[in-house]
Amino acid sequence: MMINRITQAMRYMGQSMRLMVGVPAYDAYVAHMKHTHPGEPIMSYETFFRERQEARYGGKVNRCC
Amino acid sequence: MSSLIIKLGWAAFAMTGAAAFAVIALQRGESIGAIWIVIATICVYTIAYRFYSRFIARRVLRLDPTRMTPAYKFNDGLDYVPTNKYVLFGHHFAAIAGAGPLVGPILAAQMGYMPGMLWLLAGVVFAGAVQDFTVLFISTRRNGRSLGDLIKSELGQIPGMIALFGTFFIMLILLAVLALIVVKALAESPWGTFTVAATIPTALFMGVYARYFRPGAIGEVSLIGFALLMLSIVGGQYVQEIPELATLFTLTGEQLTWLLIGYGFIASVLPIWLLLAPRDYLSTFLKIGTIVGLAIGVIFISPELKMPAFTQFVDGSGPVWSGSLFPFLFITIACGAVSGFHSLISSGTTPKMIRNETDARFIGYGAMLMESFVAIMALVAASTLEPGVYFAMNSPAAIIGTTAESAAETISKWGFYLTPEMVTQTAKDVGEHTIISRTGGAPTLAVGMAHILSEFAGGRTMMAFWYHFAILFEALFILTAVDAGTRAGRFMLQDLLGSFIPSMKRTDSLGASLIATGLCVAGWGYFLYQGVVDPLGGINTLWPLFGISNQMLAGVALILCSAVLFKMKRDRFAWITIVPASWVIVCTLTAAWQKIFDANPRIGFLAHADKYKGAIAEGQVLPPAKSIEQMQQVIFNDYVNASLAGLFMLVLISMLAFGIRTVICARALGKPSAREAPFELLPAEALSKS
Repeated sequence: MMINRITQAMRYMGQSMRLMVGVPAYDAYVAHMKHTHPGEPIMSYETFFRERQEARYGGKVNRCC
Repeated sequence: MSSLIIKLGWAAFAMTGAAAFAVIALQRGESIGAIWIVIATICVYTIAYRFYSRFIARRVLRLDPTRMTPAYKFNDGLDYVPTNKYVLFGHHFAAIAGAGPLVGPILAAQMGYMPGMLWLLAGVVFAGAVQDFTVLFISTRRNGRSLGDLIKSELGQIPGMIALFGTFFIMLILLAVLALIVVKALAESPWGTFTVAATIPTALFMGVYARYFRPGAIGEVSLIGFALLMLSIVGGQYVQEIPELATLFTLTGEQLTWLLIGYGFIASVLPIWLLLAPRDYLSTFLKIGTIVGLAIGVIFISPELKMPAFTQFVDGSGPVWSGSLFPFLFITIACGAVSGFHSLISSGTTPKMIRNETDARFIGYGAMLMESFVAIMALVAASTLEPGVYFAMNSPAAIIGTTAESAAETISKWGFYLTPEMVTQTAKDVGEHTIISRTGGAPTLAVGMAHILSEFAGGRTMMAFWYHFAILFEALFILTAVDAGTRAGRFMLQDLLGSFIPSMKRTDSLGASLIATGLCVAGWGYFLYQGVVDPLGGINTLWPLFGISNQMLAGVALILCSAVLFKMKRDRFAWITIVPASWVIVCTLTAAWQKIFDANPRIGFLAHADKYKGAIAEGQVLPPAKSIEQMQQVIFNDYVNASLAGLFMLVLISMLAFGIRTVICARALGKPSAREAPFELLPAEALSKS
């Protein structure tokens, strides 16, 4: 029980750290594509990563002073 | 029964906070431990979060846990992703925390720690956190749209355009002042310059690694990068000790300025993955890690605050920045108490990822409390320095001279204990040639952090390491902001210019993007250069302009929030944003007015220009100018700065007028007129999660 909670917390932390640099959860993306758009091509992790990288710095203000 | 226990618990909690305040208030004349500040702060935040933010959430905004959020409505697994609230909190906090909350409070410490601390606490609770929370709520209810869009749809097209125009100038001033902080920290410091320069090859290596060898392995590549950074700090010491290398990396402020301008131009046209993204990983993780480390240090070491609660400089005669407590303390602190820039983040990626509307309270209000805590820690770090040393580091050379003797003499006359030996010893401890006039806040924070962290690990021998670690940490995320900001500014400019010259709008055209980048870099480079050569240190001119622009944007955001509350027919609760909006507007307009028209040339730009004009008429040349042409340049700069302050005033006044018009119209209508996305129920799977 305790172990589960710690693993969960660690998972969230990793997820949060990746999101801080603009990369959301890849699992969630895959699950979403499979569930909502079955049959459509799913980006590989590499493509997904590059797509997010371009999106993060594509002219938006995404950080503060 | 249990509710009674809870009430008693909160009463006890409030008493603890009150007791901590009592300790702070009564121990006048002798130094107190930082832990009392921390306890008082945490009590204020917790009580504000539990009671005030709950009141806003339940009574004012009436967050609806069953209402559809953009993350579910437009879920694409990329921009719109329903995200756990703790995960999103981390993301949001990392996006809002930057150099601002660290620098502002350090500069504010010239009035003593008390004025800064009180405004950080009151400001965040009643203004900053309310703004972030309300904007996040407004954007979430409108499909996660941006601040500019929200203003256009709720206040009108013209105010929307005005706000965008204002934002571009804020970017320029922000980038200039951030770059100035780096220049001030690295000038004549081979160790620091080498360490920061080494981040460029490190980032390039990481970029190639994460692109071709191990695509997307963020954690791994960041660890490698971190190890290389630590090596470069150690390496910097050797660079400093080898005379040939030391001369190579000993640069003047002007040299650094040109290097930074060149760097900003090149970095913002290079591919993202090569330099910007890897540097962003390093700076983001280092920022979070260092903030956590500093918090642990402040809490466990509880360093003593040597700065008095109030200094004689509350009257506005201080050397670090000029102007009296009202309005300039509020303009100087800016980000840690209320930051207009956050309204761009709260209407950026966060509302697109929020899983449930009720999370907006924790993320919007909560993350801003955290940011304010970072600012309190910066204030503590600056106040742990011997006040004499603080003033030696933060006063411009034009006032205290350039030698340890002259600095000690002047500062002792102000009533702060300082000997020339203290100045040289502090410089020696942190491995620098000199600490005199290292303005800009970063070096002061670095010395404070080195004090705290070296007590934690390494003792006095490690102080120089920790000092350069802290400089690196700040320079790293400032440089990331400079190149990301130049990129963002370039897109903004292409968008603005595109309205007149359609070919400028094409972001894929190399010519158009090079021109826009060049204009953007020239814009902030101009203010940077002007700041670097200023004998009063540049911070004296640029930081207030930055603060005014930032607080102006906060005013704009709070006007929007108030208008929306009226349009929602929540008139009787609209004071929650009207009160902070009024305060921010009064401070901003007063400060801008004084910056333009004050008769004291240290404050008013026009008075400063007149002083130079008078000198020209008498044939004199005043520093920093060396010739009559340069004198003309100084006068021209003064007019540019005055116009900019005037422009910020105009933006704010016109937004206020549009806001009042909107409120009058909304009140005349018998029904709510806010333009929210129509109500839809959250999907069943999402409802069960919350």
